Amino acid sequence: MTTKLFGERVPRVEDQRFLRGKGRYVDDVLVGPGAGGVLHAAVLRSPHAHARIVDIDVSDVLDIDGVHLVWTHDDLSGAMAEPLPLLIPHPQLTHGRTQYALAKDEVNYVGEAIAFVVADDRYLAEDAVGRIKVSYEFLPPVVGLDGARGAEHLVHEDVPGNVAARLEQENGDARAAIASAPHTLSLDLTVERSASTPLEGRGTVARWDPDTGRMTVWTSTQTSTGVRAAIAAKLGMDLGQVDVVTPDVGGGFGVKINHPWPEELLVPLAARTLGRVVKFTEDRREHFISAAHERGQQHQVEVGYDDDGRILGLDVRFWHDNGAYTPYGLIVPIITSTQLLGPYKPGAYRVVFESLYTNTVMVTPYRGAGRPQGCYVMERTMDAIAAALGKDRTEVRSANFIQPDEFPYDHGLIFQDGRELEYDSGDYPASLDKLKALVGWDEFPAFREEMARERRRVGIGLACYVEGTGVGPYEGAHVHIETSGKVKVATGLTTQGQGHATVFAQIVADALGVGFENVEVVTGDTRRMPYAVGTFASRAAVMSGSAIHLAALRTREKVLRIAADALEASEDDLEIVDGVVSVKGTPDGTASIDLGTVAVLSNPLRYAFDEASKAATQFTVGDPGKPPVAEDDEPGLEGRDFYSPERSTFASGMHAVIVETDPDTAEIKILKYAVVHDCGRLINPMIVEGQIQGGVAQGVGGALYERMAYDESGQLVNASFMDFLMPYVTEVPAHIDIDHLETPSPLNPLGIKGAGEAGVIPSAAVFASAIEDAEAPYHPGLGITAMPISPSELFELRQAHPPVEPVETKESS
Amino acid sequence: MKPAPFAYVRPQGLQHALEALAADPGAKVLAGGQSLVPLLSMRLAAPSTLVDINALPDLDGIRVDDTGIHVGALARHADVLASADVRRVQPLVTLALSHVAHATIRNRGTTVGSIVHADAAAEMPMVLALLGGSVTVASTSGTRTIPASGLFAGPLESTLRHDEIALEAFFPGLGAGEGVGFEEVARRHGDYALVGAGAVVRVEGEAVVAAEVGFLSASDVPVVVDVTDPLGGVVSTSSTDRAGELALQHLDPAEDLHATAAYRRQLVRVLTTRVLGAAYDDALGRARGEA
Ligand SMILES: Cc1cc2nc3c(=O)[nH]c(=O)nc-3n(C[C@H](O)[C@H](O)[C@H](O)COP(=O)(O)OP(=O)(O)OC[C@H]3O[C@@H](n4cnc5c(N)ncnc54)[C@H](O)[C@@H]3O)c2cc1C
Repeated sequence: MTTKLFGERVPRVEDQRFLRGKGRYVDDVLVGPGAGGVLHAAVLRSPHAHARIVDIDVSDVLDIDGVHLVWTHDDLSGAMAEPLPLLIPHPQLTHGRTQYALAKDEVNYVGEAIAFVVADDRYLAEDAVGRIKVSYEFLPPVVGLDGARGAEHLVHEDVPGNVAARLEQENGDARAAIASAPHTLSLDLTVERSASTPLEGRGTVARWDPDTGRMTVWTSTQTSTGVRAAIAAKLGMDLGQVDVVTPDVGGGFGVKINHPWPEELLVPLAARTLGRVVKFTEDRREHFISAAHERGQQHQVEVGYDDDGRILGLDVRFWHDNGAYTPYGLIVPIITSTQLLGPYKPGAYRVVFESLYTNTVMVTPYRGAGRPQGCYVMERTMDAIAAALGKDRTEVRSANFIQPDEFPYDHGLIFQDGRELEYDSGDYPASLDKLKALVGWDEFPAFREEMARERRRVGIGLACYVEGTGVGPYEGAHVHIETSGKVKVATGLTTQGQGHATVFAQIVADALGVGFENVEVVTGDTRRMPYAVGTFASRAAVMSGSAIHLAALRTREKVLRIAADALEASEDDLEIVDGVVSVKGTPDGTASIDLGTVAVLSNPLRYAFDEASKAATQFTVGDPGKPPVAEDDEPGLEGRDFYSPERSTFASGMHAVIVETDPDTAEIKILKYAVVHDCGRLINPMIVEGQIQGGVAQGVGGALYERMAYDESGQLVNASFMDFLMPYVTEVPAHIDIDHLETPSPLNPLGIKGAGEAGVIPSAAVFASAIEDAEAPYHPGLGITAMPISPSELFELRQAHPPVEPVETKESS
Repeated sequence: MKPAPFAYVRPQGLQHALEALAADPGAKVLAGGQSLVPLLSMRLAAPSTLVDINALPDLDGIRVDDTGIHVGALARHADVLASADVRRVQPLVTLALSHVAHATIRNRGTTVGSIVHADAAAEMPMVLALLGGSVTVASTSGTRTIPASGLFAGPLESTLRHDEIALEAFFPGLGAGEGVGFEEVARRHGDYALVGAGAVVRVEGEAVVAAEVGFLSASDVPVVVDVTDPLGGVVSTSSTDRAGELALQHLDPAEDLHATAAYRRQLVRVLTTRVLGAAYDDALGRARGEA
């Protein structure tokens, strides 16, 4: 190999297409002039948070010209009439519940699908939805964790106390350790609901081909194979009849890993029933009220520590708002309960959580998936210990770090994948040193004083996290060298804009010795790779990256075997450079063969369609005494392999932020944001930095702007981008200081760890830390224990903690 | 999020447009569509006819004269914001417009549409009220001019009759000795403000002889408060504090998702101080020939 691409800042091959508006999303599928036959679906959604359905009258709809179909639960049969699958069961999820594709007898949140209409266009479909009459018998709604915990009313009649699950884990005797510790403190910490809010909502298009008996479904998902299996099972089809294709996806951030959405089943069913192409593209309000949310949790912390701030015992109880249903099991709260520990090793740890039902949109993982809450709890605790001891916040953290020589480090707990929570590698003290230098931690007190002289308030905060990435069970890859010399790579997981086509091509180019521009990557198409899990949990680079590397090496083996035969050389003497196999040390052009020609030689059927086939005539390969395709061989130059790790690999990082709070308006401004990030070996630093920047932007949203505002009747009152304040580019830092540390993972061949979610994990923690630091000198006792925080809330906190003595006076203008 | 069915007309002449509007009591005018189209898509409004005025001739002008600025009904926020004449004749209009939405919305949205839409959270209705401007409207029965003081009836409610089209808004120019200031606090750049304030201060020498502050998002209509008295001729911490307290007596800030009423009252105080300071400095600067 001449130039190695692994580790290079290779520009993203995707960007030309995306930036020029050439992206092709689900709603762009089948819209051409020949697509006049596409029908459009709309869904009647419950306007009430909790009600029994007494009657549904669709008679006004049936006669509307252009309406092709109206379904309620009564129209569904067989598997379609049963509840949707509970994807990830858990023994402690004693009362798991999932919804029906269309509500049966009862609705449990505003937005739950009740009826499905297919019409000539979406306008008509919405008109029709407006004419369906439903009579309800109202039930008292349970909204918010206080309501769920109080359990005065129940979401599901047969779920006592609204408790879906209770899970406890303990390593050591935390309560005893706290009881005997020299110091203790306790904290109540809450985080509100937010959501992934990808700019492209959900969407599904289905085409049923009666001639071939095949169903093709395009859907905006994070798992094509999962959707495929669900459709086959629910529609009573053979898996082999269903193809699921995931085109460009305009953001997933977790919400599109849940599947099947009701529409992902109803659309193909309607396509088969009507013999027409059917499309569903949800609108923004539908996304807010009927997709999924996350983050809503209340936590109680008891901690015992010594004079150095070392945690001797940590006891955390928390309550997780899982919304109306639990299709994704306990993944989010399990992650909070385990990843809360971050880079630290408390003497003893106990965690108990309850996952509770409310009459609100269900909860499934959103980028970070429970880690932002855990990080916030742990880091607030660290800050509180530092404040109580009068110590620097970095010192307390240092005192608790797992040390570089302690890896692999076993926490004695079970992680989300059912495996031991065992960290593979990391260097937390080195990260902290880098972070302090990057943000200017030691220089900050002087900066604070200088600002105070100008009547400006500034504060600094930091937060550390560890993230289990690359969860199994597996991913696979298929690599095919065509006779043109071009390399086609397929992996089954999907892509939501991360840059997979770039990094995966880098890996293949290195492994095969071909030009980067000759490698083309396809993701999320079950026709190309039917075995796959999906894109979530920062797993694509680790899982598919490794599988692609292995598959490329297999292909390389075959290339060398055939080329050695053709060139009458030993495999060990061959090298592949820029798509040409040659005998090392021989002058250019002599004793060489290009990959396209090797591909021709790999297939005994040799019609001379192209130049490569003609070029191949000069070589002979194979044993004339054997069949053209030997017993243990296959035609074609292909390699396929799978990667399945023992357990997750643990990335880590630390963020610091300097904020300014306006003494009069309580507005919060970001002055500096610094990130030190360790995701093992970097395939493409530019893409990792892009992931971090995007994550930080999303984290700023979660910490300072976004929340799901439910009123007591269970209406989501801010279900639009006008009132749900996703930050604009003007609200996120234009520049982020980033430094990398690379502690390779021993668990995979490339030494990589995941990077997709990291940027968002420490946001609530780091902003709470910095804002409290800015305010504390002026408002003694002001603690930030609820996130996100708005200027109005900071103002109210100030009012509740009046300055003891006037520390500042307004200057005359 | 698709509108309910509606009829659509795009008249080429004013008379035709006025007739179309008069013919259907359920008709609505469509200008830049930046407020109306979202309402249609969310089915919060379902007019039976849309009378699109974008093809009407001679309505996109921005004209300045000795008295002030005349903004035609089809002049876009972006054009008004970019106009050097506007900035010279009445800088408050330019100052405030830079806070209206984002560039893409300003490219389509009209300033007149924004005024007659009468959103108490919008900048331009307040600016028109503070400056004592007016709007000229036409119907099949003739033309009339409505002063700003008689224009804003309630939240999203102007005193235009259903069959009237606003042709032009008039903003009086900056008077001798006057200076202006504008500031707002919004959750995100370009959002409707939590509270916004504009001020016009007139000086003679160093003394303040007249001062008015206008507020948006602090009541359900734009409110203008004369603060000449509490200032007592000077702009100082205590005088602007007094002005803020007086203003609060005329305002009724509400609690919503984004701010408590107490926080909004705080913003009224802070912004009163800030815009009076800015307007006073501006007036002095202009008197010294700096602007
Ligand atoms: C994301 C977003 C953010 C925004 N932020 C702000 C902001 O911060 N501040 C702000 O002030 N505005 C904001 N706006 C609104 C924007 O300024 C609109 O352009 C303006 O409110 C209406 O102007 P328009 O020409 O688009 O009117 P339209 O939407 O076409 O019409 C609005 C209403 O006025 C009526 N109307 C319009 N023109 C006439 C006329 N000539 N005669 C009679 N009736 C008429 C219509 O019938 C309709 O009822 C925002 C809009 C969006 C989409």
